[in-house]
Amino acid sequence: MELLLPLGVTLLLLLIGGLAGTITEQRHLQDLAAREAALGHMSLTDLKSLPPGMTADAGVLVSGNVVIASDYLKQVRIGLRGIVGGEVRSYRTVMDRARREARLRMLAEAAAMGSSTVINIRLTTTDVGRGTTEVICYGTAVRTPSAARAVW
Amino acid sequence: MILVNTETIPGFRIVRLCGLAQGNTIRAKNIGRDIGAGFKNIVGGEIRAYTELMTEARTEATQRMVAQAQQMGANAVVNVRFTTSQVAGAAAELYAYGTAVVVEQDAPNAPSQPPAAQGW
Repeated sequence: MELLLPLGVTLLLLLIGGLAGTITEQRHLQDLAAREAALGHMSLTDLKSLPPGMTADAGVLVSGNVVIASDYLKQVRIGLRGIVGGEVRSYRTVMDRARREARLRMLAEAAAMGSSTVINIRLTTTDVGRGTTEVICYGTAVRTPSAARAVW
Repeated sequence: MILVNTETIPGFRIVRLCGLAQGNTIRAKNIGRDIGAGFKNIVGGEIRAYTELMTEARTEATQRMVAQAQQMGANAVVNVRFTTSQVAGAAAELYAYGTAVVVEQDAPNAPSQPPAAQGW
């Protein structure tokens, strides 16, 4: 009888977490797809230079960051996976969403300045406590006089 | 002051290296935000309060790096890098560093001053 209450609470949290987490994830994925389509004209690379023959006359640091948490169901899955080892598949989508979000925010900042090319992009991921992860994406937005889109 | 994370600035020429410029800040989350984050840990998704916290931290660390570069007599910082880490369990440190340099415009018919920090 005494075990029933904590067990019930855990199951309830799992249910709420799983449901809410799945809904949030689906909505976020749709939102990401829409914004990526809107910024599809932007070029980005982690190379330090532009393609041969292309020149830029200005560069500015642009960045985007996001702090993301996974839902309760995913955390339980990570805990269970910790017993047997191996890939934590359910968390891959969380990290992927965080990286796409940070990259989109950086691209939005570059687009707002009138740039269409961002070079030398770097991504850093850190645990900021309580199961949350921060992703920063930063790069150099360049201005190309010919306004041509850089293609590598 | 121009900031880039490449080793050179397009359209500009580095004329002098001033040294390493750095800035950091350690931000602790307040209890209110922590409780909100605890709730978000059940349902998942972005924790906007923490994102804003880390964005403020990044801005502040960058400003400190720029201030140090200005003290060195630089007008640009190249090869800027950011790192974040968790310290003391409840706080996050954001550290920004780069090479402070003095640059000159490269193009023949360009203005003599580099553009302002927030734009080109």
